[in-house]
Amino acid sequence: MEKYNTPVTAGNIGEKVRSDCFITLELMQESGFQIEVLSKVNSLYGNSIKQLCIDGLKFFDIKNAKLKIQDTGALPHVIMARLEYAIKQLIDTEKEFLPEMLEENTSISKKEQFRFSRLYLPGNTPSMIINAGIHKPNGIILDLEDAVAPDKKAEASYLVRNSLRAINFYGAERMVRINQFPKGLEDLKFIVAHHVNLILLPKCEVAEQIKEVDKEIEKLKKAASVNYPIYYMPIIESALGVENAFEIAKASENVVALAIGLEDYTADMGVSRTKEGHESFYARTRIVNACKAAKIQPIDSVFSDIADMEGLAQNVKNSKSLGFEGMGCIHPLQIAVIHQNFAPENAEIEKAKKIILAFDQAKLKGLGVVSIGTKMIDAPVVKRAENTIKLAFNLGLIDENWKASLNE
Amino acid sequence: MELIKNAIGRLVPTEINGEKQIPYQGVGIYKPDGVKQAPRISSNSDFPVDGNKTVASIKEALIKAGIKDGMTISTHHHFRDGDLIANQVFDIAKELGIKNLRWFPSASFPCHTHLLKYLEDGTINRIEGSMNGALGKFCSEGKMKGTAVLRSHGGRYQAVQDGDVKIDIAVIGAGCADSFGNANGLYGKSASGLLGFALADSEYADKVIVVTDNMVPFPCIPWQIQGNYVDYTVVTDKIGIPEKIVSGTTQITKSPDRLLLAELTAKFCDITGIIKDGFSFQTGAGGTSLSVSLYFKEIMEKRGIKARFARGGSNKYLVEMLEKGLIDYILDGQTFDLEGVRSMAENKNHVWTSPFTSYNYHSKGNFAGMVDVVILGATEVDVNFNGNVVTHSDGYLLHGIGGWQNCLFSKTVILPIPLFRDRIPVIRDEVTTICGPGELIDVIVTERGIAINPLRTDLIEKVKNSGLPIKTIQELKEEAEKICGKPEKINFGEEVVAVIKWVDGTLIDSVRKVI
Repeated sequence: MEKYNTPVTAGNIGEKVRSDCFITLELMQESGFQIEVLSKVNSLYGNSIKQLCIDGLKFFDIKNAKLKIQDTGALPHVIMARLEYAIKQLIDTEKEFLPEMLEENTSISKKEQFRFSRLYLPGNTPSMIINAGIHKPNGIILDLEDAVAPDKKAEASYLVRNSLRAINFYGAERMVRINQFPKGLEDLKFIVAHHVNLILLPKCEVAEQIKEVDKEIEKLKKAASVNYPIYYMPIIESALGVENAFEIAKASENVVALAIGLEDYTADMGVSRTKEGHESFYARTRIVNACKAAKIQPIDSVFSDIADMEGLAQNVKNSKSLGFEGMGCIHPLQIAVIHQNFAPENAEIEKAKKIILAFDQAKLKGLGVVSIGTKMIDAPVVKRAENTIKLAFNLGLIDENWKASLNE
Repeated sequence: MELIKNAIGRLVPTEINGEKQIPYQGVGIYKPDGVKQAPRISSNSDFPVDGNKTVASIKEALIKAGIKDGMTISTHHHFRDGDLIANQVFDIAKELGIKNLRWFPSASFPCHTHLLKYLEDGTINRIEGSMNGALGKFCSEGKMKGTAVLRSHGGRYQAVQDGDVKIDIAVIGAGCADSFGNANGLYGKSASGLLGFALADSEYADKVIVVTDNMVPFPCIPWQIQGNYVDYTVVTDKIGIPEKIVSGTTQITKSPDRLLLAELTAKFCDITGIIKDGFSFQTGAGGTSLSVSLYFKEIMEKRGIKARFARGGSNKYLVEMLEKGLIDYILDGQTFDLEGVRSMAENKNHVWTSPFTSYNYHSKGNFAGMVDVVILGATEVDVNFNGNVVTHSDGYLLHGIGGWQNCLFSKTVILPIPLFRDRIPVIRDEVTTICGPGELIDVIVTERGIAINPLRTDLIEKVKNSGLPIKTIQELKEEAEKICGKPEKINFGEEVVAVIKWVDGTLIDSVRKVI
């Protein structure tokens, strides 16, 4: 199927749009390529933009087309995504016009790695994606769900796919939030073969949904001949989801965390969301408990007032005290506050150091148990202390050789 | 036009607008010879004994000052984008049928787009000052009759003092003045803080006109401009649009990317020991620079450190630091918000300066070199650390030099800049226009790494094992190109449309016509 003389568009244009482009494409019966480049960076990249468009058209075996690109400094992978989506509105093809896969983006993540902060990025807004990694969140989420307008969802999946391949996120875990079931299963085709580390599954209510995702991903992995791990973070956003939290947590070994989405949860409950959060206390503690029982990470909802950093800090402290091990961010400035407040406090670190040193001494003497003051220190206490120290080191709060520096 | 290669490898004309030029020879090489420019001797007999020099209008003042074809008229940017004077002056010149004027502003702003039509019809021959927005575009496209000359604030003082530019008529707008011509920028509805940029003009121009909308009885105290230099005074309803002169309050940037740059810059200064008791600093008013001073404040409070002085542009954040005792003095070149104006009027430790005290290179020293660290911007930097602040990467003139060149003499010069802006790489093989030589630029801070000039072995040593993301400038350039793609080479026209003066009056680069 090929549609001729029917112009289609892809991408974004507007006063506030940056680092994006808007493509108008029409397939013709004859007369070759007519390509018009209107670019803010025309003097530096005009020729290469035109060449990239020609390469793209040829890649899809198009011989005659009228193409106009209005560009506000889009990087090549963005132009490629826009062009491909425009073309796919006009011809049926399975071919994918892919940017080169960055070496850095083939890294795999670990089941138990820190997920204190994960930054939500609207999946169809290139300008917010480009620099996300420099703010050093533990994870970045390319969002295909709520942050993308319904009529932009189709083109967003191409941009998200290309961003997974071409944007360096500087070590952040690469996450994608897909759409709700069943549409979300379609989204998997755009991400599974492109080294996504973790997939957020919105509105999870029953364990079967996870199993279905598992199956679909296995199938896609096999088709693409890839075998890196892809983890899931189901988001619990309804009363039913809360009730089924443990089953969801245990539904697949790829589930590494459960997140709670309080906007939708409170809506489902028919209550309003407050800063104090009494209305969601049960849901949050239930989820924490389910996660701890399943030995995965409980992750709290986002804090939506980006101007209120003190409120955020307090929110994180509460969250941590309930047992949560991370939360979402909707603005890069929230990242540091979240890290600082999930991080162990000085007193905690000092206590952990004492415990480990005391236990070292005990081991030297061949003892399995030791006491500090009146408190008995046994293996679980030591393990917690070791976790605290590991956390402190990973956050740059203490030196790797802290023991040595104590002896100096 | 004959071109010659200067000491930094750029082709510059040997003559522009009929005047011989000296190519840039390196930092501190060219030594001027001779005596300074002197204005004509005046006699009190030509002025009213009672000191009242008021005339009815700017027009009358310009006529009395003998405005005629080919003259040089100067104005100043104390009112920034709220300036109502420069446009009026040239409206009058047009009305009088005067041609071929040289406009010599200390800076131009978008409000001066009004003057385009006079550049077109020949009322104005050329601008020697900054070229922003539409004026820059006009000039870049080769439409200006004469060749533009861009100078730094210090270079402007130097040019006037040395006689490179002889000002025929200086029109000085002042928030407060008396009929004798004493004037300051501290009071009145058009208060701008200070009038430092008009100092050279008052001292050296042939005729000096002071225009105010706030005439006070003699004496106008303090007299930032001395009435003894002034020929005529004029009262008008309005000399500026207050909300465009100084902002009500300065807002810090909300851009997380810029804040990251600012934080990284402050961290660098902390780790390298630049922030220490008794140190001094200067940050601009741009979003990133302004935030740097906020991070400085945090570090200073945490460590109990006090700065001896900070150089303005002042704003409410700097004033707060002064009032909290974190800074002993603000030595201020311009005030950017109402808090800055208030503080300068009230606080004896908030001191106004001028391009003479701060920046003039042809004098017996200036303040710029005494500053421990200065935080500046740039549109481009090249792998030799040369910096560009006047042209966009597509070759269009877009900014003036301001105090940028002069500030390069600070002990440590740091440029926090993004690695690329909307796909345009900021670190290049060669900058489009050289405004400052790399040997004076010490550190480039980007969100993806910090490059230290290899000449600064001391700084390189200090950041070892600091955990800061130190890279070479070459690495940063390659990283930018990896993300953005390698930029295509731009072809420019032959014609030189503007030249860039170095602080000593020599030509460091020229700007070609955009084709």
